[in-house]
Amino acid sequence: MSQTATDPRHLRTPPKKRLRLSWADERVRAVIWQLLIVGAVVAVVWWLVRNTQHNLEVRRIATGFGFLQREAGLPIGESLIEYTPASTYLRALTVGVLNTLKVAVIGIVLATIFGTLIGIARLSKNWLLAKIAAVYVEVIRDIPLLLQLLFWYTILQGLPAPRQALNPVAGVFLSNRGLKLPFLDWEAGHSWALLAFVAGCFFTWLYAKAMRRKQFADGQPRRVWPAAIGFLIGLPVLAWIAGGAPTGVTWPALRGFNFQGGMTVSPEYFALLIGLVTYTAGFIAEIVRAGILAVPHGQWEAAQALGLRPGVVLRQIVLPQALRVIVPPMTSQYLNLTKNSSLAVAIGYQDIVSIANTTLNQTGQAIEGIAIIMLVYLTISLSISLFMNWYNNRIALVER
Amino acid sequence: MSDIPLNTSAAGVPEAVPRHPPALTTGPVAWLRANLFSSWLNTAVTLVVAYFLVRWAMGFVDWAFINAIWSVENNQTQACRALKNSANPGACWAVITEKHRFILFGTYPYEEHWRPALVCVLFTALYVVSAMRRFWRWELAIVWALTLVLIGVLMWGGVFGLSYVPQERWGGLPITLILATFGLAFAFPLAILVALGRRSSMPAIRILCIAYVELIRGVPLISLLFMASVMFPLFLPEGVNIDKLLRAQVAVILFAGAYLAEVVRGGLQALPKGQYEAAEALGLSYWQKTGFIILPQALRLVIPPLVNTFIGFFKDTSLVLIIGIFDLLTAGKTAIVEPAWQGFGIEVYIAVSCIYFVYCFAMSRYSQNLEADLNRHRAR
Repeated sequence: MSQTATDPRHLRTPPKKRLRLSWADERVRAVIWQLLIVGAVVAVVWWLVRNTQHNLEVRRIATGFGFLQREAGLPIGESLIEYTPASTYLRALTVGVLNTLKVAVIGIVLATIFGTLIGIARLSKNWLLAKIAAVYVEVIRDIPLLLQLLFWYTILQGLPAPRQALNPVAGVFLSNRGLKLPFLDWEAGHSWALLAFVAGCFFTWLYAKAMRRKQFADGQPRRVWPAAIGFLIGLPVLAWIAGGAPTGVTWPALRGFNFQGGMTVSPEYFALLIGLVTYTAGFIAEIVRAGILAVPHGQWEAAQALGLRPGVVLRQIVLPQALRVIVPPMTSQYLNLTKNSSLAVAIGYQDIVSIANTTLNQTGQAIEGIAIIMLVYLTISLSISLFMNWYNNRIALVER
Repeated sequence: MSDIPLNTSAAGVPEAVPRHPPALTTGPVAWLRANLFSSWLNTAVTLVVAYFLVRWAMGFVDWAFINAIWSVENNQTQACRALKNSANPGACWAVITEKHRFILFGTYPYEEHWRPALVCVLFTALYVVSAMRRFWRWELAIVWALTLVLIGVLMWGGVFGLSYVPQERWGGLPITLILATFGLAFAFPLAILVALGRRSSMPAIRILCIAYVELIRGVPLISLLFMASVMFPLFLPEGVNIDKLLRAQVAVILFAGAYLAEVVRGGLQALPKGQYEAAEALGLSYWQKTGFIILPQALRLVIPPLVNTFIGFFKDTSLVLIIGIFDLLTAGKTAIVEPAWQGFGIEVYIAVSCIYFVYCFAMSRYSQNLEADLNRHRAR
């Protein structure tokens, strides 16, 4: 390196080309082309903006985001935060964003688990299992998601009425009003336990890191799981007891025409979640399969030759290598799932697209409404890709 | 034979243990043993999976074939309803028998249905011809142009004694095929230009292309379709009105263009740098270099992912349902709005899925075969 730095030949600068103001000069041509194209784009945009301004004046539509503070008056079936039709549009849109995130986050987690299982099943030595997984993947990927969502929604609507609800397990009711589950009477003790669980996760992570450092120092493996159980289960239980050990559970019960109490999963949310998870799982299964197949066979054999047990081979040798292949396409599947959750509008689940669409129909603020939708999705997409890029860099192969 | 001493223990070799014949390694029994019953865990998995599979299959056959009603007279669906709510339910395929023309062709005049049917056949033939590698030459572009003109003539009519059918009455499968085919035909050149622009050395062009691709890929197709249906009329000068199908088509083209551009860019990046340098060293101009050296190799590299993008994009045309364009899925959904046929959504959705499945599965198989074919030199 130092040799090349001191080599006099490398200190010499290449001869400067004189800029000639003629078409024959590459740099002049590049500038002219760029000016032309940027000019054309600016002209088209300017034309569109002027048309839009004119049309808005003619139709007497006021622009701006002032409408966000007005009373929305639109009913929303399910929301994670307090909402009444008297709330503002801003509040309504916030509810929509939270509903989108609710289906996207849970959908991503479930699709990853389900898809990984199917991907592994497709590689199974059991012929029947492998074939069923292959047929599943092929069928689910070749039918439009929107059609699948409508299909699931139709099935859920075709379930019996609450009075004849299906009751597979005591306390669980499945009817055309959705899924009813028993739920805890939420008290301070539960909040404390939840907080303790989060703290437990953090402590486990710290402890595992410390133990790993020690293992690197002296080569002795250390057990992490006894302490992990203490942190993850013991701590929340202690917090729960300290909070008065509340044990109240509300069971859903039939009152009149519908169920009262317990937790409700609406048919719209349920259909959307099933549709998104089964569809995305088909794609994730293929990614997982390709990732595992991408690990050279010699790696399996070498690990077995070292005398490692099959579980250890998979966990310590194959998966870390497969993950490098899996993570980038997986990121785009997560992004797809999030963007596909916008199909909720077709089955009446009130996500951000559905609420922004109602808003723009009520107020006539088409530009603002669509800008909000796009902004929300761009933000979510960007956050997911930033996180996954960070993760990908962390697990990437460190080369010389 | 009898001379050979049977008892070899005399020579110091221990007496041979009676041995079993070697296990079968070929034949159906061996196959079963190797693939389904190789260990107790494997056997358990096989039995459990087979049990559920058989139960489900029997239930499905009962529902779809044995108990099913295939046709009814004069929209009298009482029998279907009774069957649906009975303890032993069955499918009501009568809804398909009754409504298949509507699902396939929408509100196109009934006696003229041969025209959209012929259009669907033409589209399919066009896909098949384009898929065959022996037809991959420039004459194919002429065939495409002629076929698309012929399709336009058939759909609109008004010449050669065909009666005129306004675009508002088109519907069903032809709309899906039109959206997908025209979408691809325009999105593909756009994608190539954008992909080249993204790798250009001119910063302004590169930034424009990056902004376009990332913006489109960051938002769902629905938001673009809403934009096309709600915002687009605001963009145009007063009095200019473009019909809804064309607006949706523009949105679909812009959307597909961004995704295809990324695939093409993958091919451009995968091409060894020496190819670019060699083309430049020969003194070729930018467009000569791109047209003769780079694109033919780069596109060939990305044919399989391109076909996969086509599949995704064929499925995505169903999203126009949300802005009320009468494609195949919308026609299926509308067919069960009529009170007599309400509640038979499952049957209609299964039938419509079959149509989508046939097209997508054919493309998917084609892409796999092509990939194997193009990678033959790498096979071991």
